[in-house]
Amino acid sequence: MFRSHVFCDIKRLYFTELEKSSSFGANNHHTTMKINFKYLIPAVVIGIALFALKSDNGVVADADNAGLKLPAGFGALKVAETGAQARHLTVTPQGDILVKLARVKDGKGILVLHEGADGKAVLTGGFGNYGGTGIYIKDGYLYASSNREVFRYKLDANNKVINPNEPEKIITGLKMGREHETKSIVLDNAGNIYVNVGAYSNSCQEHDRQLGSMGIKGCPILDSAGGIWQFKANKLNQTYGDGVRYTTGLRNVVGLDWNYQDNQLFVMQHGRDQLHDIFPAMFTTKQSAELPAECMYALKKGDNAGWPYMYYDQIQHKKIMAPEYGGDGKKEADGNFIDPAAAYPGHMAPNGLLFYTGNMFPEKYKNGAFIAFHGSWNRAPEPQAGYFVVFQPFKNGKPFGNWEVFADNFSGSEQKTAAGRADHRPCGLAQGPDGSLYVSDDSKGTIYRIIYKK
Amino acid sequence: MKKLLAAVILLPISLHLFAQSKPKTAAVKPGIAASIARGKVVYTKNCLSCHFVDGGGVPNMNPPLVKTSYVLGDKTKLIKVVLNGFAQNVEIDGETYSNNMAPHNFLNDQEIADVLTYVRNSFGNKASAIKAAEVKVVRATAKK
Repeated sequence: MFRSHVFCDIKRLYFTELEKSSSFGANNHHTTMKINFKYLIPAVVIGIALFALKSDNGVVADADNAGLKLPAGFGALKVAETGAQARHLTVTPQGDILVKLARVKDGKGILVLHEGADGKAVLTGGFGNYGGTGIYIKDGYLYASSNREVFRYKLDANNKVINPNEPEKIITGLKMGREHETKSIVLDNAGNIYVNVGAYSNSCQEHDRQLGSMGIKGCPILDSAGGIWQFKANKLNQTYGDGVRYTTGLRNVVGLDWNYQDNQLFVMQHGRDQLHDIFPAMFTTKQSAELPAECMYALKKGDNAGWPYMYYDQIQHKKIMAPEYGGDGKKEADGNFIDPAAAYPGHMAPNGLLFYTGNMFPEKYKNGAFIAFHGSWNRAPEPQAGYFVVFQPFKNGKPFGNWEVFADNFSGSEQKTAAGRADHRPCGLAQGPDGSLYVSDDSKGTIYRIIYKK
Repeated sequence: MKKLLAAVILLPISLHLFAQSKPKTAAVKPGIAASIARGKVVYTKNCLSCHFVDGGGVPNMNPPLVKTSYVLGDKTKLIKVVLNGFAQNVEIDGETYSNNMAPHNFLNDQEIADVLTYVRNSFGNKASAIKAAEVKVVRATAKK
């Protein structure tokens, strides 16, 4: 504890000097600053080497930071190796980690892990005989989704599931196609649950993904998919008729979170694939690798994000008419479609979104968004990209400034990233009670925890 | 005058096209090596974006072409996948894949024979060649 305060003081000094240096620019003080830096930088480096990889509560980062590349001052540990397709996850104040699995493993679709004092967790149980993606805790209940239904489980005072074998089925009969079948969930403060129903199509063509096939007029998929549906969190056996199509024109959403700063739903859309494969005369393979953007949307009830009629071109900064609906890569979309809140390079597959409200990380991260990019496939023959966690700064509940890669090297190497042969693929994000950031990997099933040395 | 001008402009172009198409026809010669070489070109243009340069596909989305029963097994079944596409929920060697494969019946018999011969003899695979005549038979009988 004492050591940690010493380090803190060194850090404070270091940043104070930095501030001075920037505010005084190129005056006489500059030489003095340089001399100070000469002593301070080694001091900081030693400080990091000795203490930075241990957080206040005794959790120790792995010597290699779990193989991740992180900003200075951050460390990471592998909390557990589940060996399962770990999709979204949530962490209770008592140190239980609940992980939703894409496919049932040993009869369990939800794993329960419990953390020891060093941060390493062991499997203590599991339940839920269904695969899926969504899992979320709110007001004394655990919510979890299969690819067609949403269940909830009452929690006791220690956030343990009371009756794991008898969940309440709150939503049923959701559309599930072969593609984009997962149902991500999040709740607001007003007793509502939001569920993504992905479009079971790439771009609503007459023939999915077929060369030159045009879009179906008035895309019929949108009546029951390709959007976010709102239901009551406490009502049983709801179907489409009981819910509200909250927003439409979203091809597929996996990462979503509620922003409490402006009380609004934010989602990450997976943009459409294969512009070149389907319309080779209009798009080169390089354009097809870069376009369209993976978009962050801030949603209000009734919004339309435009799929399949348009896509967002992050290079032209325009909403472009989809080629299936008469576009040519240049014509702008015509319709009342919302603009994205932020745009990211194509095909990186944002699978997790989390607004950081913890106190462990430095101030700049507070209320900003972490995004887990699962990594691309549809950039070939161009190198693949993603397989990292991005930080998107926010101000007053809106994206503010450029995004940056926060945690990288889940893939194992640059070559593995380029080849699309990643060792680990980030999927879900969760915030721990101490402000740690948890990341799940649905390829090998590793659970990561990223900490900051206070 | 206009016609003459057009002829002057078009002549070198058509000669050029002729020169390009000539070796293409000449290149269709027997031998599995030649078929594999042609098949690689077809693969790069039509298959690589989903199945990847290493034939490994994409987990949960696009099936691998590496030593799977589909690729190494029954030829007719494999030819049908290319002609008709694939959009069924089935397990392929224990895994499932969600992306729809579009029909590739716009490829001619020779191209399909070549690309399948390439796939059956790449990525660690070793299997017999597929002939254009075999594709022709399947195309004729599998018309939906």
